[in-house]
Amino acid sequence: MSRIEVTVISGRSLSQARSRELGKFSDEYARSVAICELDPEDMKELDSIDGQNVRVTTDFGEVIVRAVTSKQAPHRRVAFVPYGPWASMLFDPATHASGMPTLKGVKATVEKAADAKIATLQEITHMKAE
Amino acid sequence: MPELLIRNGRVFDPLNGIAGEKMDIAVRNGRIVEKVSGKARSLNVSGFTVMPGGVDIHSHIAGSKANGARMMRPEDHSKDPERKTKYTRCGVGHTIPSVFTTGYRYARMGYTTVFEPATPPLKTRHTHEELNDIPIIDKGCFTLFGNNWFVMEYVKQGRIEELAAYVAWMLEATKGYAIKIVNPGGIEAWRWGRNVRGLDDTVPNFDVTPRQIVQALCQVNSLLNLPHAVHVHPNALAEPGNYQTTIDTMDCVKHVQATNHPTIHVTHVQFTGRKGWSWADVRSGAPEIADYVNTHDHVSIDPGQLIFTNVTWMTADGPAMFALFKLAKTKWLNVDVESETGAGVVCATYKKSNYVNAIQWGIALELALLVKNPWKIFLTTDHPNGGPFTSYPRVISWLVSKEARKKLLDKINKTARRRLDLPGIDREYTLNEIATITRAATAKSLGLESKGHLGQGADADIAVYNIDPSKVDLSRDYKSVRKAFSRAVFTIKGGRIVVKNGEVVRSVQGRTFWTKPVVSEGAMRAVTSDLESKFDDYYSVRMANYPIHEQYLAASEMITTKAGV
Amino acid sequence: MSKTISENVICTFCASGCDDLEITHNGRDISSARNGCAISVSRFTSTKQSRISRPLLRTKERLRETTYLKAIDRAARILNNARYPVLYGWSQTSSEAISKGIELAELVGGIIDNTTTSCHGPTILGVQDVGEATCTLGEVRHSADLVIYWGCNPIHSHPHHTTRFTIFSKGRFRKTRKDRKLVVVDVRRTDTAKLADRFIQIQPNTDYELLTALRAALKGEEIEQDSVAGVPLETVEELADMMADCEFGALFFGLGLTMSAGKHRNTEAALALVRDLNYVTKFAIIPMRGWFNVRGANEVSTWQTGYPYAVDLTQGYPRFNPGDTSAIDAFTRGEPDAALVVASDPVSHFPKAAARNLLGVPIVSVDPKRTPTTEASEVVIPSAIIGIETAGTIYRIDGVALEARKVIHPPPGIRSDVEILDAIIKRVKALRGRR
Repeated sequence: MSRIEVTVISGRSLSQARSRELGKFSDEYARSVAICELDPEDMKELDSIDGQNVRVTTDFGEVIVRAVTSKQAPHRRVAFVPYGPWASMLFDPATHASGMPTLKGVKATVEKAADAKIATLQEITHMKAE
Repeated sequence: MPELLIRNGRVFDPLNGIAGEKMDIAVRNGRIVEKVSGKARSLNVSGFTVMPGGVDIHSHIAGSKANGARMMRPEDHSKDPERKTKYTRCGVGHTIPSVFTTGYRYARMGYTTVFEPATPPLKTRHTHEELNDIPIIDKGCFTLFGNNWFVMEYVKQGRIEELAAYVAWMLEATKGYAIKIVNPGGIEAWRWGRNVRGLDDTVPNFDVTPRQIVQALCQVNSLLNLPHAVHVHPNALAEPGNYQTTIDTMDCVKHVQATNHPTIHVTHVQFTGRKGWSWADVRSGAPEIADYVNTHDHVSIDPGQLIFTNVTWMTADGPAMFALFKLAKTKWLNVDVESETGAGVVCATYKKSNYVNAIQWGIALELALLVKNPWKIFLTTDHPNGGPFTSYPRVISWLVSKEARKKLLDKINKTARRRLDLPGIDREYTLNEIATITRAATAKSLGLESKGHLGQGADADIAVYNIDPSKVDLSRDYKSVRKAFSRAVFTIKGGRIVVKNGEVVRSVQGRTFWTKPVVSEGAMRAVTSDLESKFDDYYSVRMANYPIHEQYLAASEMITTKAGV
Repeated sequence: MSKTISENVICTFCASGCDDLEITHNGRDISSARNGCAISVSRFTSTKQSRISRPLLRTKERLRETTYLKAIDRAARILNNARYPVLYGWSQTSSEAISKGIELAELVGGIIDNTTTSCHGPTILGVQDVGEATCTLGEVRHSADLVIYWGCNPIHSHPHHTTRFTIFSKGRFRKTRKDRKLVVVDVRRTDTAKLADRFIQIQPNTDYELLTALRAALKGEEIEQDSVAGVPLETVEELADMMADCEFGALFFGLGLTMSAGKHRNTEAALALVRDLNYVTKFAIIPMRGWFNVRGANEVSTWQTGYPYAVDLTQGYPRFNPGDTSAIDAFTRGEPDAALVVASDPVSHFPKAAARNLLGVPIVSVDPKRTPTTEASEVVIPSAIIGIETAGTIYRIDGVALEARKVIHPPPGIRSDVEILDAIIKRVKALRGRR
């Protein structure tokens, strides 16, 4: 299968936090944050391998990130995209009068996109501005 | 700063024995002086009453529990916003006003000094951040000691001198003014969801009793020569009948020698002045308590007057708050503070028709009217527990007018009215007595020599009220008395006019008063070494990061005392 | 320059308030940071990375270096001319700076909101309905024999949490790991879950059901389903028993509750559960605040305006109505016409619709480092890092205020947030005086 349905959650990771201090435009930050951690069984089902790019799509947007086999599994059908600019492309701005947009538990599809490029931060900013 | 001459007012200065005399008050450089030059700005206050600025000895205005309450209660604020003006920042009321609003509202009533009566040491940096931000008034805070691990261990070991050195260290570290005790031992028991039942119960894991804690800290108070008595909120607040604990608490330190002030001040006695076994039949314990206060000179009290309105309860007495929350069933905030103390916040509404509320309202007034010496009883509502501080003028109207009391007595729960002595009490406070319980006595009790009076050298904190003592009948005209105390004609702070006709016309920075008892080097070295050996075990903050430095206070006013250790 | 070791340094990253760091430096550069977690090492030793070295002004589509005074002037004009400015960020700066921010927001008539709005805002909304039974962190260390991490992953977000406050810490009444039980509730078997005595895996977006089921079980109600939230009923009842039978329980929760479906209803349920537990035992709940002074932003905002975040000062008095006065909603509606962003990167983190409108208004940024927000700004004023290059008061997760100190000098010409905001305030007042 080249596409699976998941629930996307976002959150902090140690490498995201550490690399953030090096700077948002650093390679380390992009490597830590423009990723999607998938359960090993989901990776198999997707026929994807570590490091290959995938497209994550929700009702609100899509983003290309690097697939990574999760070391905090099992979590079948749950994809973890660390908190950051790439994750923010996916989320529902509606706050339902709470002030808080929905940054976890959003329905998404993940599909292989080995040839697609991961957007740079500048490109993300441009996409948001459109 | 221009000189000021306040002319032709009727002056009430109880500390200097002046009761309504027509006098001029001269101000230079922020202080009261004998006379000023011809260049002085002249305020003609003929027909008005002149008093020292109000001094509030007990009002929860700043710190972690006050702010927790504000955060929990947006509904308290939304109906009472204050727009910014040319002279004032914006803010909100009602029972827990934001800091700018707090300062302005006090100043509008002619108050110029207010003390936050309970600050948890570990969180006192927060208290000072808020106090710094409260405009106009001078202020300070009382540091909580009654459930502190170091205190209980020193008490258990009978090491009073080391305890004194520890208290000295803590007052300096927290920039606190006085020793505060809340439910001694009970908040430590609350760590395990329990409480203590009375003075002779044993505190779990520490093997001391509340009686021992209170006695030891009163001895320490004397040893350190602190300016104020030990300020105590007794055990058993949430018990229906608790007046005996209050009397026993006062009595347990009658042998402790104090210096030039009472040994113990028991606060908001209305909450611990009930007689009876269950909520259905509580009565007033005010006559017994007043009798004790009248016959003993080592105590002073304040009633914590209840007002029939929506209130916020906030206190360090965590277990009492949970017990009352179970009755009120509203919202409950609890914050236990490691190794030291706790806090609880609950919202509630007092109703005239409610039997217990009506009895409590009556207890507070009975206390004020039955304690004969106005130097022993101070006007408070334990803001915001009994009611907001903006209710003080209303309380004054009840004290000066039996008619005002009767009007409300006719509306309260009938059974309560029958069971209170209040209807039969004729006493009416004089203006001089009001001046005493709202400024002179409180300043004296706090040991603030430059406050609460209008003698030479005093801080030029002055309130002018629209009451003509030569014409007014306080008892009959209580409504205009109430109005007068709500909106000062002038409030002068440190020689500057800050309020005119009830509106703030200038904002100034108030000073934060704190006490530094000077103990011997040896004693300080010993206690520091003791703390160093235990601090990391007791706290989650390092000892180096615990004390608050003097530069932290926006305007620090240190009072030093010579300690006997 | 000679080497100095500064001791008892307070880390300014997450809100754990670790204050035992040893920083080796020569007054300008830090060579090592000891005793803190891996994130703190990165924070203290990377102070020179990605710095903005000079104030920047956008002219002819590009950001170009300018003088401090020109940047202040332009910032003041942008905010002063705006009808509905939003002043956002605040969680990574000092209380003193936040206080200036509120003064500025009141002066120009705008919204002042902090990152709570997209983080633990729902927690505060829950507290406003239910209240909160909580304690300081040392209390957990001394007394807790049951620790629950729900919807949070402290091994990643607050790496020293377990050693300072919970399962690996030593308290007066709990001296070893054996004296405590750890339960972790999460949708993934996180690195924190791997340490648990009991890991409860829950389906996404079902926390509310599980929390409510626990409340029911606690009260002895009979639950009719075989499983709740993907958790077998037997496990639900066991967990309820564990909670009721402990001597002192501590429930730490994170964005798993605030960000997923239900938001403040989830937090209300958690707060209510802990309140209910206090009828039978002693229990505390503590939200895992993420930034070193987000709690401070709430505290200062509350004591000065009455409200903890999403404060609208446009009418000259404070108004609070999340969903209306919150930054993301305001920007999603496209109503604000200017922004001041202090120590935050909303261009990166706001959802697209809000970010688009943010990118459409003039932004003034105050930040030590380059971010997508600073890159998109009209004016950028570089600032000193709190707790490293400038002092400031910060509030820990549990509301304990600490005085973070200056350890090294900031790079030349770099000022503190307090100074910068004060200069903007003065400039705005001068501009208004001229009118």
